[in-house]
Amino acid sequence: MSVDLEKLAQEEYKYGFVTDVEQEIAPKGLNEDVIRMISSKKNEPEWLLEWRLGAYEHWQKMKEPRWAFLRYPKIDFNDISYYAAPKSNPRPKSLDEIDPEIKETYDKLGIPLEEQKMLAGVAVDAVFDSVSVFTTFKEKLAEEGVIFCSISEAVEEHPDLVRKYLGSVVPRGDNFYAALNSAVFTDGSFVYVPKGVRCPMELSTYFRINAENTGQFERTLIIAEEGSYVSYLEGCTAPQRDENQLHAAVVELIAHNDATIKYSTIQNWYPGDKQGKGGIYNFVTKRGRCVGRASRISWTQVETGSAITWKYPSCVLEGDNSVGEFYSVALTNRRQQADTGTKMVHVGKNTSSTIISKGISAGEGQNVYRGLVEIGKNAEKARNYTQCDSMLIGDRCGAHTFPYIEVKNSTAHMEHEASTSKIGEDQMFYCRQRGLSAEDAVSLIVNGFCKEVFKELPFEFAVEAEKLLSVSLEGSVG
Amino acid sequence: MLEVKNLHVQVDDKEILKGMDITVAPGEVHSIMGPNGSGKSTLAQVLAGRETYEVTEGEITFQGKDILDLEPEERACEGIFLAFQYPVEIPGVANTYLLREALNAKREYRDEKPLKHVEFGKLAKEKMKALGIDEDLLKRSVNAGFSGGEKKRNEIFQMQILEPTLAVLDETDSGLDIDALKIVANGVNSMRDSGRSFIVITHYQRLLNYIVPDFVHVMVDGKIVRSGGKELAHELEEKGYAGF
Repeated sequence: MSVDLEKLAQEEYKYGFVTDVEQEIAPKGLNEDVIRMISSKKNEPEWLLEWRLGAYEHWQKMKEPRWAFLRYPKIDFNDISYYAAPKSNPRPKSLDEIDPEIKETYDKLGIPLEEQKMLAGVAVDAVFDSVSVFTTFKEKLAEEGVIFCSISEAVEEHPDLVRKYLGSVVPRGDNFYAALNSAVFTDGSFVYVPKGVRCPMELSTYFRINAENTGQFERTLIIAEEGSYVSYLEGCTAPQRDENQLHAAVVELIAHNDATIKYSTIQNWYPGDKQGKGGIYNFVTKRGRCVGRASRISWTQVETGSAITWKYPSCVLEGDNSVGEFYSVALTNRRQQADTGTKMVHVGKNTSSTIISKGISAGEGQNVYRGLVEIGKNAEKARNYTQCDSMLIGDRCGAHTFPYIEVKNSTAHMEHEASTSKIGEDQMFYCRQRGLSAEDAVSLIVNGFCKEVFKELPFEFAVEAEKLLSVSLEGSVG
Repeated sequence: MLEVKNLHVQVDDKEILKGMDITVAPGEVHSIMGPNGSGKSTLAQVLAGRETYEVTEGEITFQGKDILDLEPEERACEGIFLAFQYPVEIPGVANTYLLREALNAKREYRDEKPLKHVEFGKLAKEKMKALGIDEDLLKRSVNAGFSGGEKKRNEIFQMQILEPTLAVLDETDSGLDIDALKIVANGVNSMRDSGRSFIVITHYQRLLNYIVPDFVHVMVDGKIVRSGGKELAHELEEKGYAGF
């Protein structure tokens, strides 16, 4: 449209800087010794090492999945380092013990680790490459009995809980990337909310990939006991590099009777440049089990980063009257590709699920919604509502939808709505006639398109998400 | 204020305007009438800068400035407003949000400070009352699920907030009942002053009973074939366009 917009297309990724810290990096390649090394670095008990090795055995027999609508060269799993950690104090007791370079990194990312500087009511676990470097507000949360720490710390301090729940939602042999993660996972967050407690603050983890040629394999485990409530948010960024980097996470959620877990993601990994060079390969398994009656798990994701996104946050609705929700905004610009969606597996009676997916494709981006709604034979009166909207900006991008529905109980009530629209030239003209620039008009229209999802985010993050979307859209008109 | 000279416009290689001339002085209200397909709406869209229309010949000057190379948003900020024949729906975007962004874009263009939420709210309420618009219309998504009458009233409401120098009303009367028509006409009349001009495009003389024009032009096959005073509208109502 106007020439200035061409310039904006060259706009740099804001979080692409590299932090210069001394790091301990494992040699490239994957074998049992590497797994033993990771396990011993973390002082893990024998059972966990065995569990890792078992996962590795599974993984070796598995094939990399290729059913997704994604094109990328074969990943050489022996060309990746599986562990990278800053050499400084591995578990600082206070902020003074953190490497100032790392602290500065989080400041630059807008996540100050000083509690007084933080957004009121948000506790943060900061994960830097393979380790958690700091967790804020731990004591305050402990007063309520809420455990919020890194998973490595949980293994040492709360081994019974970890042993009981780890792999109980995503078994170690679940899929290729989950098995890989189970073998080599390094850090991530652990949350335990006791019976009847409403977690007094938002919990969040900020994942940062810094080291070169390393993969990040984090593992998050959240347990909400009967009648409890927790809202958790993760954010992700990485430096701008020419080679691709692998990120393969596993997240497990367990909600007991009447418990609610809200899990939100703002994923802004480095997406690669205009030519499609570099960027994160994001292969993630996220699943929640609503084991208790009337429990609720709600996934909200805003996916704007990564070169490749492969991710299907799912809910297994076991408890009667349990509720699963999936709200998603996925934006692909430049040469980004996303294959994302959800699985809602209805097992219990009167279970209900809602899926709202908004896919936006711009530039040469490819965006896929892939979803499964499965109503089991005992899931009397299960209900699902799916709404799946795609928006195209320009004529070199693509949107694809693969909804699968399997109903084994005739009392189920299913609704499915889908739409694909090109960002309307008439909508653009209308906004511009009122005085908005082409770029502001796109941003306004796309944000409107995503409104139903953004309203599910905690307020501060909804504002953040809108801004992020506008930045990610820059250069999409031109 | 506005001078259109020998304007030729085509869409998909088809010529729609074939040498259109019109001159509008400050404070004047011009009505353009004509049969379907004569190019009235094309003129409106071209004045606002729609890119799907290609100007092959002629000129448009607005307040002494050649505007043919200006982007639609620049023309809007210069003071041109188009009340759309078919106002566009924008789901998820609150009416008030678009309007505040628009007003502030215009203010920024003129190096004025943006209006704060509270100030804007006050302004909007004031204008709404006069137009008999319900307050919840502000919170609803732009034109989404609006009735035909609500859409047209919303256009006039936007015009009142944005205070253009030249407003082009493209069949704002179509689909309105008599009460809504009066409200719309009042909205326009209350803005008439010596510095502001209007181009009112309509099929029917009815609207012109309420918005009384200074000039009436008849447009046929891409150009103006006859101009006159308001009495010309009555003549057209009686005889139709068959004579042209």
